[in-house]
Amino acid sequence: MNLKPETLLRIDEVITHYPVRRSAMLPLLHLIQEDIGHIPDEAIEWVAARLGLQPVNVYEVVTFYPMFKRRPVGRRHIKVCRTLSCALMGGYKICGTFQKEFGVGLDEVTPDGEVSIEFVECLASCGTAPVVMIDDDLHENVTPEKARALAAQIKAGAASRPAPPPAAV
Amino acid sequence: MPDAPQQRRIIFQHIDEPGYTPGIDCYLRHGGYETLRRAVTRPPAELRDEVKKSGLRGRGGAGFPCGVKWGLVDRKSGKPIYLIVNADESEPGTFKDRYIIHQDPHQLIEGVMLSCFANDVKQAYIYIRGEMPRGARILENAIAEARAKNFAGPDILGTGRSCEIHVHRGAGAYICGEETGLIESLEGKRANPRIKPPYFPAVLGLYQCPTIVNNVETLCHVKHIIAMGGAEYAKIGTPNNTGTRIFGVSGHVRRPGAYEYECGKITLGRLLYDVCGGPLPGRELKAVIPGGSSAKVLRFGEKFTLKNKDGSTRELAMEDIPLDFDTLAACGTMGGSGGLIVMDDSVSMVEALANINAFYAHESCGQCTPCREGSLWMKKITARMVRGAARPEDAALLKSVAAQIPGRTICAMGEGCAWPTQSFLAKFGAEFENYYETRQNRPADALPLI
Repeated sequence: MNLKPETLLRIDEVITHYPVRRSAMLPLLHLIQEDIGHIPDEAIEWVAARLGLQPVNVYEVVTFYPMFKRRPVGRRHIKVCRTLSCALMGGYKICGTFQKEFGVGLDEVTPDGEVSIEFVECLASCGTAPVVMIDDDLHENVTPEKARALAAQIKAGAASRPAPPPAAV
Repeated sequence: MPDAPQQRRIIFQHIDEPGYTPGIDCYLRHGGYETLRRAVTRPPAELRDEVKKSGLRGRGGAGFPCGVKWGLVDRKSGKPIYLIVNADESEPGTFKDRYIIHQDPHQLIEGVMLSCFANDVKQAYIYIRGEMPRGARILENAIAEARAKNFAGPDILGTGRSCEIHVHRGAGAYICGEETGLIESLEGKRANPRIKPPYFPAVLGLYQCPTIVNNVETLCHVKHIIAMGGAEYAKIGTPNNTGTRIFGVSGHVRRPGAYEYECGKITLGRLLYDVCGGPLPGRELKAVIPGGSSAKVLRFGEKFTLKNKDGSTRELAMEDIPLDFDTLAACGTMGGSGGLIVMDDSVSMVEALANINAFYAHESCGQCTPCREGSLWMKKITARMVRGAARPEDAALLKSVAAQIPGRTICAMGEGCAWPTQSFLAKFGAEFENYYETRQNRPADALPLI
């Protein structure tokens, strides 16, 4: 598995945070997913070896936590909050708007690998509902117009990228 | 419109203040870490005593007295004592800790360090929601700044005592908010809650060592308790419901947001009408979930008969409930996490419940059959009602399923997932019996909830 040197350095550092190595499980999985985009089988085996565990110990964790992805998501990953406070303020409409803008269903990736959409549970920003997270950024009080503007930004960003996007990892 | 009552902003003193930044210089300019400086020379037991005297109750959901929680810690085991900050804010309707983490992280760090001093803790972890990556970075920066200024790390402020704090990110599982599930998760496992007894965190917590798990807001209160003294703090709020609380209001009001008031000094009606501006134009308020989505729903117009201390009874209208822990509990619900979700008359309660049930079915860890199967059944039944395939027996079936979960699971999620169904049925039963008829009365522009 080809992890970036800085990822490996951060992995070494984060393991020192805990008296028991297994505790570094979630941090390692986050770092690997940030580096290569998802958690393939070889990452599971790699983490198991690094932490002195069996692959099943890692596999059961990866499959428990919704944020860990076994398959690649889009280069831009859109999370729309589904839960009650957002739904009361139009969350389902916002989710539909994004799906229509990108012509893609939930938990699917656009054919160019650019965008994926996930309808997630409560993002803990209920007072500014409906909310959407695009990658690491939270967008609040999202109206359908604002959703279309965000979609346009994503499309413009993809179009301005010089090389065609590589095939999904 | 009547004037909104004045907030008492202790925790939120600097939230949304122009020019206030999360950096340590700004915090120090505002008197930050002075409380820690003064406290480090005091004996730990004395600091714990201040917290006990303050009457502070946990702000995460259960409202358990913080001083009692600390008092249960096994200090004779010879094992290290850990402190974990529960920053896994994930109860639907709750969004208070987000502000503290993003805008005033040092207030939390100072509260954590004080709590560590008070409890002889040398290693603390902040377990933050995976969905708050920016918050995690802000906290990591704040810890590095505090370390550089000797407020954390080795030999703190020349005392010879050391304490490290690390940020630990979750990965999207609601059940990590349950303290023993959180501990399992921090140990690198699935967040399956542990059975109590024997696994009380105060005795057998992280790595089977004594462990304190406190909510972000609770630990911020500790800072102010140590600063002003427990007895002084206990004067804020009402007896047995001391201090301030942050109420996060979401849903169908004109001014949703987070507001800080003295515990029990503001009523539900004043908060929703005077502070939050009441219903949206042309609407009326119908229901409110007062303490995160697990709390039992309240219906506008409802009246409660409560017992007085002398044995007599009094009637209390729903709007007049003072927002504290005890009165809400006496009214059959809970203050929980302080997150209020408001629904107006455009909402079908069947659809709102279907939304909530989908959440709990998604978030059950799957360990206990009643919760795993029950939450899924409740989701499926309410979803099929909304889809147009309701059966005459559905209301009774929902009631029966919900009744078989509480008390039969390892953690409180069993109660948490059943209470919405039980309370929605109890208070809006007619909508469940006659869903198709009541649906006709819904406005044409009602938003889909499922």
